[in-house]
Amino acid sequence: MSIEVRIPTILRTYTGGEKSVSASGATLSALIDDLEANHPGIKDRLIDNGDLRRFVNIYVNDEDVRFLGGLEADLSDGDQVVVLPAVAGGAV
Amino acid sequence: MLTIDQATYDAIVAHAKRDHPDEACGIVAGPEGSDRPTRVVEMVNAAGSPTFYEFDSTELLALYKEMWANDEEPVVVYHSHTATEAYPSRTDIGLASEPNAHYVLVSTREHGNNDGPVEFRSFRIVDGEVTEEEVVVVPELTPAP
Repeated sequence: MSIEVRIPTILRTYTGGEKSVSASGATLSALIDDLEANHPGIKDRLIDNGDLRRFVNIYVNDEDVRFLGGLEADLSDGDQVVVLPAVAGGAV
Repeated sequence: MLTIDQATYDAIVAHAKRDHPDEACGIVAGPEGSDRPTRVVEMVNAAGSPTFYEFDSTELLALYKEMWANDEEPVVVYHSHTATEAYPSRTDIGLASEPNAHYVLVSTREHGNNDGPVEFRSFRIVDGEVTEEEVVVVPELTPAP
């Protein structure tokens, strides 16, 4: 099983500069554990207190995983996963 | 140093004034690695707030896919502050996620939607550290080498 995961610039320190890496997992949660096994430290940048970080967006086949069950979202061979930090901020 | 052409500068300022009192936000894309901001993309502030901005998550993905297809990157990430100075807030610093980008802040606190000067400042934000940089506005960017 191989799922392509697109890594944003700010997390490429964990992937040796690679823009995308392969990983496997039947759910997003399992996929992130597999990523962590090969790129230690990356999980903490995606997950906080057992949930997806508020300002990190993850998409499966162009759909925001928040609409697909979050960490429990099902994955299949050949799926495309994209990680993008939110672009956000503000005066306060 | 941020070198930006007058038309791009004017487009960012016009966007900030138009959306005042809400925060305006967007990017200026450019060829990857070029440090040339060439294509302004105004984004909708999904937060619709005078004190917060956030790109809509679906539009964010569409924007990045378009940039990847064009071999572009966000050279400038801009937003406005509408009641405070053009300096990154703690929130801005904590959420800054493009270490290669110039973070441009425009403050519309003085003239709001009306004509008149704005504060227009640029910063690098890397690992929580803010460094202000000079902004040089040129009539046109010199052609790519």
